[in-house]
Amino acid sequence: MIASSTLSKLKSIVGQDNFFDSPEYKLVYSYDGTPLLSQLPVAIVRPQLKEQISSIVQLANNERFAIVPRGSGSGLSGGSIPTEDSIVLLTNHWNKILEVDQRNLAAWVEPGVITAQLQAEVESLGLFYPPDPGSAAISTLGGNVAENAGGLRGLKYGVTKNYILGMEVVLPNGDVVLLGGKSVKDVAGYNLKDFLIGSEGTLGIYTKILLKLIPKPEDSSTMLVFFDRLTDAAESVSDIIASRITPAVLEFLDNTTIRCVEDYAHLKLPTAIEALLLIEVDGHPLVIKEDVDKIAVLCKKHHALEIKIAHDTEEAAKLRSARKVAFSALARVRPTTILEDVTVPRSEIVSMLDKIQFIAKKHSLQFGNFGHAGDGNLHPTCLTDERDISEIHQAEKAFDEIFTEAVLLGGAITGEHGVGLAKRQFLEKLTPSPAIEMMRQIKKVLDPNAVLNPGKIFSLKPHCEGPMPKNPEQIKKYLDAGAFT
Amino acid sequence: MMMAEGKKSGFRGINIPSDELLNNCIHCGLCLPTCPTYSLTGLEKSSPRGRIRIIKGVAEGTLSISREFVYEMNFCLDCQACETSCPAGIKYGSLVEAARAQIYQEKYEGRLAHYSKKILLGWLFESHGRLKRAARILRLIQTSYIQSLIGIGKEFRVFPRKISNSNSLAPKISKSYSSDTLHESITPNIHSRYKVILLTGCVMDVAFADINEDTVQLLLHHGCEVIVPREQQCCGSLQAHNGDIASARRLAQHNTELFSRYDFDYIVMNSAGCGAYMKEYGEIFRDDTRFAEKANSISKRVRDLTEFLNDTGFHPALNRNENPFFGKKVTYHDACHLVHAQHISEQPRKLIKSIAGIEYIELRESTWCCGSAGIYNITHYNDSMQILRRKIDNIKQAGPDIVITGNPGCLIQILHGLNQEKMHIELLHTATFLRRACGV
Repeated sequence: MIASSTLSKLKSIVGQDNFFDSPEYKLVYSYDGTPLLSQLPVAIVRPQLKEQISSIVQLANNERFAIVPRGSGSGLSGGSIPTEDSIVLLTNHWNKILEVDQRNLAAWVEPGVITAQLQAEVESLGLFYPPDPGSAAISTLGGNVAENAGGLRGLKYGVTKNYILGMEVVLPNGDVVLLGGKSVKDVAGYNLKDFLIGSEGTLGIYTKILLKLIPKPEDSSTMLVFFDRLTDAAESVSDIIASRITPAVLEFLDNTTIRCVEDYAHLKLPTAIEALLLIEVDGHPLVIKEDVDKIAVLCKKHHALEIKIAHDTEEAAKLRSARKVAFSALARVRPTTILEDVTVPRSEIVSMLDKIQFIAKKHSLQFGNFGHAGDGNLHPTCLTDERDISEIHQAEKAFDEIFTEAVLLGGAITGEHGVGLAKRQFLEKLTPSPAIEMMRQIKKVLDPNAVLNPGKIFSLKPHCEGPMPKNPEQIKKYLDAGAFT
Repeated sequence: MMMAEGKKSGFRGINIPSDELLNNCIHCGLCLPTCPTYSLTGLEKSSPRGRIRIIKGVAEGTLSISREFVYEMNFCLDCQACETSCPAGIKYGSLVEAARAQIYQEKYEGRLAHYSKKILLGWLFESHGRLKRAARILRLIQTSYIQSLIGIGKEFRVFPRKISNSNSLAPKISKSYSSDTLHESITPNIHSRYKVILLTGCVMDVAFADINEDTVQLLLHHGCEVIVPREQQCCGSLQAHNGDIASARRLAQHNTELFSRYDFDYIVMNSAGCGAYMKEYGEIFRDDTRFAEKANSISKRVRDLTEFLNDTGFHPALNRNENPFFGKKVTYHDACHLVHAQHISEQPRKLIKSIAGIEYIELRESTWCCGSAGIYNITHYNDSMQILRRKIDNIKQAGPDIVITGNPGCLIQILHGLNQEKMHIELLHTATFLRRACGV
């Protein structure tokens, strides 16, 4: 319950036009990109100034309600799904690129800037912002920083955290602070800026972000390689890396995914093969040529069935489309698509895929696998239907086993989507308890009243954030089937 | 349907938004950046994903059909750009159209809006004869001094804003209509390869008779025998998009019966919205066992002009010296109901590029709606003008001599934008461009 007097105060902070609590508004801010989870917020606010955000956070501390920050709501771990007694705080309208500093290769942006828009803007200036999450067309940079988003270029260029120089942030007590800056080196005290990256909205609300940019690679070359056997593809990946070549993109699709892609997009892919690799190298044209030749030789050594090399940008786009439409192709097969993002050390990819296949069979589930072969980040994707209670229950069990296997192989339960709500039970189960305890203590010290996105990443004890947010009609049936316990 | 306990769906009767589609939305959000209304407000409820969720809310009985619901359904342009971007392949347009049908059927809108629609779409557009008579009156106004009076009136704000706005956006009525001037059967001088029916359309007929003429000439040049059925009516799309499903079905049935009497290979369209809708005839009558097959046989033979010409190997017989567009910079705006509803984007480009001597430049955001959207630019003038501004800015940036597009609504809207900005850029329908370029 949030008292109506509290809501009036909120309204006076942001103004009538930026406060919403009609049933329609509450419904459309009850979900994000995460399957199965949703909960209505009490209200939605759209602050215009950082001072307003600060006042809202102070009010939350005084009157005890929770704040759930939200960008575009495209997250896949439930990071922006409301918890009990919470308000949603919108940041997607803070969408200005404030400065592109070409001398220091840095850009100040507001948190609501769309990733792809920033990329287009800096690329027009010959600069490059490499993090490239699959949802770049809609994801906000604020969300990317909060989730420490990854993407296709992780192997060579790293992930979001490698491109954050600083930020302005509203802390859980309402203080506004500037962390980091344009200087490359900074060891003045604890590295607070990095600490806030990937904090999933639980430790602060970004109001400005300072991004690091690099020069745009001169050129790139794209190739698509088909393999009869998965192990050959994996061996090729290992050999490419061992030969000191670091492709910008090194992606794979498994047989199920290839068949779905072919059904959907008719790209003339061979549907009997076990795997394909999409490889992209970038840099100086001469180096690229050398790398492409070497990669081709290595792939042939591992029995590549066919190697397609793009000769121009149009052809490159065509080759890339096999990977690009993978998600769409899988999403069309069944009504509900559960896309996860486990990581394992590169050398364990084949073992992990074998395990996933075994687990899928055991639970009679349909799984497509694709992902970032270069950095060991896999997307086991379960094709299911949320109306089929028993199948969803099986999927839950399967993911539990998949996460466990990933951790046993030395990997992580999430590589780029974050923990949020969707994976917190697994984090608690699979992370050493001193680590979880440390996280809880940090949260407790910085946010004693649990006002910022409580219950995300790990549950707070006692469960002050309320039960898991399921649709009321959903939760009963799932509980009856023994799920989510 | 998954229904909250004890809740009843807010939808009734036929034309209920499909449960299947509602449940297939995976709410990933990839539609958001393609939605013109979301880009205006930045609010989830004016995004396709948000609208699907509130339609689902009504279907599940957790929401009622409120004023806000009606507003959002009508705020949507139905441009279907979201469908192109949707990974799950949701037919969003049909969801919104079904929701609008519910709104119309249960009279959830204000009385004025409901009866204006009923008179305009259900009565006026339902009879092409009536429409033509009304068009004659409109032409009288447009060509007489009344026009300048309206202009003066606008300055002094004598008329309600909606009237003066609609005046400047109303299509300029042609002197004569193609349904009167074109013969019922026109045969080419060369060997006839195809027999095609031309839908002369409602707006096309009275306001763009010249484009219909261009279309006929192109078809003749391509070796087609052109049939122009006399009693054809509006295709029904305007009515369907605005919720008046009953009128839309009556028109669709009439045209299906009429066209079925002819022996022909294809029905050729030069209006994107009509093409998209006639391709749906089969789907509309899916449950009507008696009529489904007939409607389907019509739908299957509907082709956009550019689709037809390209797929049947159109070659511009071209005398280089006679090409009036030689050396011109040409760009193309994708009409929503061509690119998003019918997935036609390559064909018109190929045809345009086949004209030797022109410089083709790609228009940035060419698939972004221009804001015309049927009668949207009249019902939502201000929003429509903001959307138009984006299109005009992109045209400015491209700096072409000629802009080509394949839909009457877009022609009216973009011309309005170009005139407001006093930009001297030629705006042509694809048919007109091709005819003149080929010198036929």
